[in-house]
Amino acid sequence: MLLEVNQLTKVYPSIDGPIEVLRGIDLQVAAGETLALTGESGSGKSTLLHLVGGLDTADGGRITLAGHDILDMDDRSRAELRRTDVGVIFQQFNLIPSLDVSANIAFQARLAGSYEASRLQTLAASLGLDAHLNKFPEALSGGQQQRVAIARTLLARPKLILADEPTGNLDEETADEVLEQMLGLVAETGAAMMVVTHSEKVASRMQRRVRLNKGRLL
Amino acid sequence: MIRVGFSAILSHWRRNLLQLFSLVFGLALATALWSGVQAINAEARASYDAAATTLGEGQYDQVLPRSGNTISQDQYIALRRAGWQVTPVLDDALGPIRRQVRLLGIDPLTAPAGLMPVGQGEGRDIVRVLTTRFVFVNPNTADLLPEDPALQVIIDDAVAPGVAITDIGVAQQLLGKPAQINRLIVANTQPINIPNLDKIAPELFVKSAIGGQDVQRLTDSFHLNLTAFGLLSFAVGIFIVQGVIGLAFEQRRSLVRTLRALGMPLRVLIWLFVGELIAFAFVAGALGVVMGYLIAAVLLPDVAATLRGLYGADVVGALQLRPVWWVSGFAIAFGGTAIAAGGALWKIARMPILASARPRAWAVESNKNAALLALAALALLVTALVLAIWGRGLLVGFVLLGCLLTGAALALPYFLLGVVSLGRRFARGPISEWFWADTRQQVPGLSLALMALLLATAANVGVSTMVSSFRETFVGFLDQRLAPELFVSVSSDEQAKTLDAYLSEHAREVLPVVSIDLQVADVPTALFGVRVESTYEENWRFLRAQGDVWSLVQSGNAAIINEQLARRADLWPGDMVQILPDLTLPIAAVVADYGNPLGQVVINEAQFLQRFPDQRAQRFGVRTDDPEGLSQRLMDDLSIEAANIVNQEQIKAFSLNVFERTFKVTGALNVLTLAVAAFAILMSLLTLSAMRIPQLAPAWALGMTRRELGQLELVRAVVLAALTTILALPLGLLLAWVLLTVVNVEAFGWELPMYLFPALYVRLGVFALVAAAVAAMIPARRLAYTPPGTLLKVFANDR
Repeated sequence: MLLEVNQLTKVYPSIDGPIEVLRGIDLQVAAGETLALTGESGSGKSTLLHLVGGLDTADGGRITLAGHDILDMDDRSRAELRRTDVGVIFQQFNLIPSLDVSANIAFQARLAGSYEASRLQTLAASLGLDAHLNKFPEALSGGQQQRVAIARTLLARPKLILADEPTGNLDEETADEVLEQMLGLVAETGAAMMVVTHSEKVASRMQRRVRLNKGRLL
Repeated sequence: MIRVGFSAILSHWRRNLLQLFSLVFGLALATALWSGVQAINAEARASYDAAATTLGEGQYDQVLPRSGNTISQDQYIALRRAGWQVTPVLDDALGPIRRQVRLLGIDPLTAPAGLMPVGQGEGRDIVRVLTTRFVFVNPNTADLLPEDPALQVIIDDAVAPGVAITDIGVAQQLLGKPAQINRLIVANTQPINIPNLDKIAPELFVKSAIGGQDVQRLTDSFHLNLTAFGLLSFAVGIFIVQGVIGLAFEQRRSLVRTLRALGMPLRVLIWLFVGELIAFAFVAGALGVVMGYLIAAVLLPDVAATLRGLYGADVVGALQLRPVWWVSGFAIAFGGTAIAAGGALWKIARMPILASARPRAWAVESNKNAALLALAALALLVTALVLAIWGRGLLVGFVLLGCLLTGAALALPYFLLGVVSLGRRFARGPISEWFWADTRQQVPGLSLALMALLLATAANVGVSTMVSSFRETFVGFLDQRLAPELFVSVSSDEQAKTLDAYLSEHAREVLPVVSIDLQVADVPTALFGVRVESTYEENWRFLRAQGDVWSLVQSGNAAIINEQLARRADLWPGDMVQILPDLTLPIAAVVADYGNPLGQVVINEAQFLQRFPDQRAQRFGVRTDDPEGLSQRLMDDLSIEAANIVNQEQIKAFSLNVFERTFKVTGALNVLTLAVAAFAILMSLLTLSAMRIPQLAPAWALGMTRRELGQLELVRAVVLAALTTILALPLGLLLAWVLLTVVNVEAFGWELPMYLFPALYVRLGVFALVAAAVAAMIPARRLAYTPPGTLLKVFANDR
């Protein structure tokens, strides 16, 4: 199993006392599997995604990714995990504004030491970005920026792709287009993908879907 | 409406306490440094004024002898009888060297009102003054007076420091100079048709009041440097304030739109902002004046010591709180706020009611008028170049300084962007590439703080170079003038004759110091007769020379003049100078004579004594290999008192001590200006750090650690500060060059050579980098310890 989550809990402090966002989550994802994570706003979807991606720390439980216990790792090791094994695609694209498109796409792969220039060209061409490689993110449309984020993730060849509302900021037509390209390319790399979404359409395209409600998996 | 609106405007600061602190403290610092320097200058000038009032210098014309230092009683009586309203003065040093008081004997009956504090207060009526052995002194000078139970000491703040005033009869007695007068003070109102001075006493001349301002002219050099420092520090402070105000107004765009949409008139809104700024300026101004007072109080004793040692100008070493500082402190605080806020207020006034409420990125906003600023920088630098080549005059010198500094500050962002782009071109690896790309993006936001650092560092390099060049020159000058190991003084011609004969046998060289005051080319000048020996040939360095100078002087065929006389009378080697009616000689050389307002002519001793046989040297420079032994023998064999034998090492040590004091003042101002610049960097980085999170979070999410990001933030600040410091070095040297070769010559009549001090620049550079690193440490540390939750907020869609 690529990803195993056992009895995961996460508590956020608040003025009204601690809020238990995740309450004993158990979840497994196999290599190459695609999974939709759905639920109401505030149900803990994004929190789960961040914990699995090594972006945040949990208050209890265990997460094993490719044989490594994420929650036992220090900051440096988690950063290495994010560079090599995990790719994250955010709703707001989160490109690095000071780098041009080409440097943005190459950034994570170069950090991970897995950069291939020819593959960047191939990915850019398949995502329709080849004419925009020297532009800066601010010069691109939302759809184009999300394609850059997808290319960035795929070029680094992660084992697990985490996508948080990847099409949430796009109009319907562009969203369909981007989703189609993303699924095709993910299938090519053989990576597993976990997508947080409110969209029924996006969820229906995944092999499996799980629903979170008030911090528990249904 | 006004109360509600005002409270809405002020609410911004409640949520942005750091900004508020930055604004008030930045303005207070700017005001403090400016008003501190002004306080020092004002205190010193008040002391000069006291000196001018008590000594009559700069206030009254004076009658002086054309040669020598004495006016006879008969000459005085002849003048009075002819109708001249003059009053006699005996003015000489009293007491042993370094505990000397300038004793001023005045005739209370004929002295112009105000010159002597008679009739002002109890026990000072004229009868009592005339019948008692009184002496008026400043509180600081009282303990320097010799013990004399018959002397009635009256403490008076109005008397200049280092001066004691008494009746001329008492002065003649105390100084052992019966019936002697030095000079006559000429009352401002004279009877009409009094005979011309030449007809009554041709051996006397009238020195106009303006000529008495020499000390003030000299010390102006020092005050000018302090003022330049104060002004630059103020400019640095204003950079901070402008940055903060710009950001605060940018962040309140939405508030302005909302208030206007809710019916608040724009005019009222503008006045509310003005009221808010006035309140801040008032608080910061008060804080600044208090801080300025503290700075001045700490620095003033060293400034007083410097002025006394360098120029002989006495300044009280303690500070008095003067109302004028409060006024000038508040004026500068309000003026600074107006300069810093003018642009921001203008933008608010012109903002359409439906303008976007979304605050635009500060960095982008700062960069908006980039092209205009680049053009302004270019125009200013070209103007500076034109003025440096073709400009003449003191005002031009200052305009040149202004253009140079402002132009360089405006050009700084382009210089940084150029170097950062170059850095990116040579970067290898994703982190290095990202670092340079991100640094490029940060330059506009940090440029105001970096401009402040540029000005502070350049001012430090410039002023330190000037002061150190002055020191180097002066130490060389001391070596030249104080080459003899001993200086021996006697008080009578008989003793002088015995001493000369004794020294001829026991010393390697004897260099009598004999001089007489006269007028050469209408310049008050001291004529020296020197015994030409190898000491002069080996040690005197000339600014300009022609031929074998000392051979020509020894043979009586040439004279040497000092730079002051050369510049004022436009006399240079090769020109003829009329020294006396029967003595005209070609000039062989011009010698530097720093700190002396008078002209100087040097001829050989024989020529001098031939014309002034009565003037015998009573002071001798002595070259010897055994100064200690010779001193002892002089005391044993000739009964010369120890106080009259001065080891040149002591004089040099004393003079160098004066410079160390000067350095202390310069050093303290260096630290203060760099501290202000560091504060500007800290505030900019802290302000930007909140905006940095969205820029840095993606890099963190993609696999960089928070620690790495924090370290890179620190490196970025140091790299930018280092680049700024690199630019500050040539700028500071240009500043020093302008001060030394343009401003100094125009203002004070002599040129100082410029020396370079690499070790000093390295130290200043390191200091600037440390200041920047310390300032960057806090935001970098804060970033390194940012909780993941804060970084994740950047990516959060729903929670």
